[in-house]
Amino acid sequence: MPPTINTNATSLHSEPVSSEETKDLTAFSCPVPLPARERILLGHGSGGKLSADLLQQVFLPALGNPVLDRLEDQAVVSVNGIQLAVSTDSFVVKPLFFRGGDIGSLAVHGTINDLAMGGAIPLWLSAAFILEEGLPLETLKRVVDSMQKAAADAGIQIITGDTKVVEKGSADGLFINTTGIGRVRDGVSLSASQARPNDVILVSGFLGDHGIAILAEREGLQFETQVNSDSAALHTLVGRLLEATSEVRCLRDPTRGGLSSTLNEIAASSRVGMELDETSIPVREEVRGACEMLGLDPMYVANEGKLVAIVAPTAAQDGLRALQSHPLGKDAAIIGHVTSDHPRMVVMRTPFGTTRIVDMLAGDQLPRIC
Amino acid sequence: MKYLDEYRDARIARALAAEIRRRSSRRWVLMEICGGQTHTLMRYGIDELLGDSVDLVHGPGCPVCVTPLETIDRAINLARRTDVTLVSYGDMLRVPGSDTDLFHVKAEGGDVRIVYSPTDAVNLARSLPDRKVVFFAIGFETTAPAHAMAVLQAQRLGLKNFSLLVSHVLVPPAIRTLLGSPKNRVQGFIAPGHVCTVVGCRDYEDLVREFRVPIVVGGFEPIDLLEAIRMLVIQLEEGRAELENQYVRSVQYEGNRPAQEAIARVFESADRKWRGIGSIPESGLFLKPNYAAFDAERLFDLADICAQEPAECISAEVLLGHKKPTDCTAFGTRCTPDKPLGAPMVSSEGACAAYYQYKRHLVTL
Repeated sequence: MPPTINTNATSLHSEPVSSEETKDLTAFSCPVPLPARERILLGHGSGGKLSADLLQQVFLPALGNPVLDRLEDQAVVSVNGIQLAVSTDSFVVKPLFFRGGDIGSLAVHGTINDLAMGGAIPLWLSAAFILEEGLPLETLKRVVDSMQKAAADAGIQIITGDTKVVEKGSADGLFINTTGIGRVRDGVSLSASQARPNDVILVSGFLGDHGIAILAEREGLQFETQVNSDSAALHTLVGRLLEATSEVRCLRDPTRGGLSSTLNEIAASSRVGMELDETSIPVREEVRGACEMLGLDPMYVANEGKLVAIVAPTAAQDGLRALQSHPLGKDAAIIGHVTSDHPRMVVMRTPFGTTRIVDMLAGDQLPRIC
Repeated sequence: MKYLDEYRDARIARALAAEIRRRSSRRWVLMEICGGQTHTLMRYGIDELLGDSVDLVHGPGCPVCVTPLETIDRAINLARRTDVTLVSYGDMLRVPGSDTDLFHVKAEGGDVRIVYSPTDAVNLARSLPDRKVVFFAIGFETTAPAHAMAVLQAQRLGLKNFSLLVSHVLVPPAIRTLLGSPKNRVQGFIAPGHVCTVVGCRDYEDLVREFRVPIVVGGFEPIDLLEAIRMLVIQLEEGRAELENQYVRSVQYEGNRPAQEAIARVFESADRKWRGIGSIPESGLFLKPNYAAFDAERLFDLADICAQEPAECISAEVLLGHKKPTDCTAFGTRCTPDKPLGAPMVSSEGACAAYYQYKRHLVTL
C-alpha cells in the first residue's frame, strides 16, 4: 500500500492563508514549498482556483518576470517600437472530433483568440504535435486538414512546427500545442486590471455551447436539438469592436471555467466588484436544458468562440451595436456592470431581485474540454 | 424551459413571499430537510425575500455531508489497494477523510472511477473481470432502490468481483432525533420530496402525530419551496399540525411500491452513525445477510479503521439546525470549500457550502 498523504490533516491545523497573503507570496524570492507529497490533480487544469494556485505557488515564483506577472492571456512585448503579442496554448480535448469542430480547428482558434483578446491582429502560428504510437494516419490527416482550413479562413499561416511520438499509453491519441504571434493595433492597450466602477460588461453571444457539445459527444447524450461547439476565431469581431470605440478596457474569452471564472479573474485583477443581471445572460434553451439535466451551471461551462468585453459606460451602446453587426456577435448582450461594492466578488442579481455570489470554479467540472 | 420556468416565475415568487410575510404573526422557525432544497433557497435568495417573517434553518439532508469520516477512510483504504477499482459518485471524491481525499488517492495511482449510475458500476465490473470493483453506495432513500437493483443485477449476472461499500441513511429517524433534542427550536418541516416519491408519506404522518409538528412534503424549485413555507405558516398560525403534500406532481401517499420492494429485498435497517451527529437508532440501511457476498465491509478487512472528527467543526449543530453556518467562527476563514474542516462545506448540497457559495457577500467574515 502506498504511504499516506497528509495534506488535509496539515491544513486543519495550520493558520488560515487568505487570498491576499497568497498573492503576496510571489514577492518572496524563494518559492513556497508545496507539501512534499502533494500531486497534480485533474482540477489543476480546470482554469479555476487550483490552476490559479499552481501559477502562484509553482510557475510565478520560479519563472516570474514583469511580462509574465501580468497574467494576461497573451504577453505583449515591444520590438523596435512595434508591440507584439505572443501566446501559447496546448490542446488535449477528448474526443478529437465533436459537433462544430475538432482538436485541429480548436488549436488554431484558441491561440488566435488569446492574441485577439490583447487587441492584436494575428500573424503567424506554430504547431507542435505529440502523437501516440498507433494513431491512425488518417486521423492525423483529418486534424491537419482542419487546421489548414481554420488558418486559411482566419487569414494566417502556420510557419513552423514539431512532431514527437510517445509509446502507446503515454498519450491519448494526439495532443497539439500552438503558439501565435500578432501585432497589437496602434494605441490599443487592453488589460484585466483596467476595469473601473460603472464600466459595462458585454458578452458576444450564447454561453456554454462548447462544453455541452463536448459533453454530449463524450457521454453519448442525445438531445432534441443538438448543440454545436461555438469554436471560432474572434479576431475580426474584436477588430469591429475596437474600430467602434476606443474605450474598451479589457477583453477575455471565457474558455475553461466559463464566464464566472473569467469575470472573477478580471474583478480580482482590477480590485473591483461586478454585478450581473441573471435575466440578461444569453444561454440557449437547449444548453439550459442540458445543464439542468446534468447538474451544471452554464456560467461555468466552457466557450471557444465568445468574448467578454469591459467597456466604459459611454461606450456601452456603440460597443454592443458593433458586436451585434458581426455574424459572431449577433446575439451579444449587456449583462452587468462593474462596481466599487464588494471588491473581487462577482454578484448575480436573480430574477427575484435577490443576490448571490458567482464564484470561481473550485475543482473541475469537466476535464479535457480543450 | 417547459415544466421548470413555471416554478421559477419571479412574479409568483414575490406574491407568495408577500403573503408569507403578511400571514406571519411571529418569526416561525422552519427547517428544510434536503440539501437540494437548501441549495435552491440560497441560490434564489428566498431567505432575503422572506425577510424576518421566517427563520429558515437547514437540515441534515446531504448524503455526502453525513457519511461518517471512518467510512470515507475505508473507501480511501480500498482505493489504495492494487486489486480494487473504487467506483463513486463525483461528489464523494473531494470529501476529506482523516488524512487525504479520493482525488488525491486517484492522483497517487489509485483506480478511482466516477459514475452517474450504479448500473455503470455493474457494467464496469463485467468489463474488468480481474479487478475487484467496489461501488461506494451512499445516499438517502432516493438512491437506495437503484443500489438495490445493482446488487440484484450483479447477482443475476453471477458477478463475483462486484461489491458495495454501503453508507445509506434514512430521513425519518433523523427528524425524530432532532425533535427529541432539548435544544430543538424547529416548529415546522419541509420534508424531502424525492425521498417521499420513493417511500411515500406514512412515516412522516407518524412524526406529525407523535410530535404535533406540521410537515409539508416539498419540491425543489423556488415556487415549490415558497408554497411549502406558506402552507407551514398557515398551519402554524391556525394552530394545526398536519401532514400536507405540496409536491403533488411527484409524490403519492403510498410512494413507489416496486422501489420499496427492491429496498426491502436487499437492505435491512439498523443503527447508523451520521457524520457530525453520532449514532441514530434504526437510521441506516445495511445489506441483508443473504447478500453478504456483495458487502465490501465483510469482503475486505475494514473494521479496524476508525476516525476522529476535527473538534472545531460545528457540523452537528449545523446539521441539526441549532446553528447556522455563519455562526461558526471558522466559516469562510479556516473552513472553505478548498480547505473544508467538515463535510457541510464540501458537498455542493452542504449548508455551509451553499452559504459560502451564494451568500458570502452578505456576511462579515
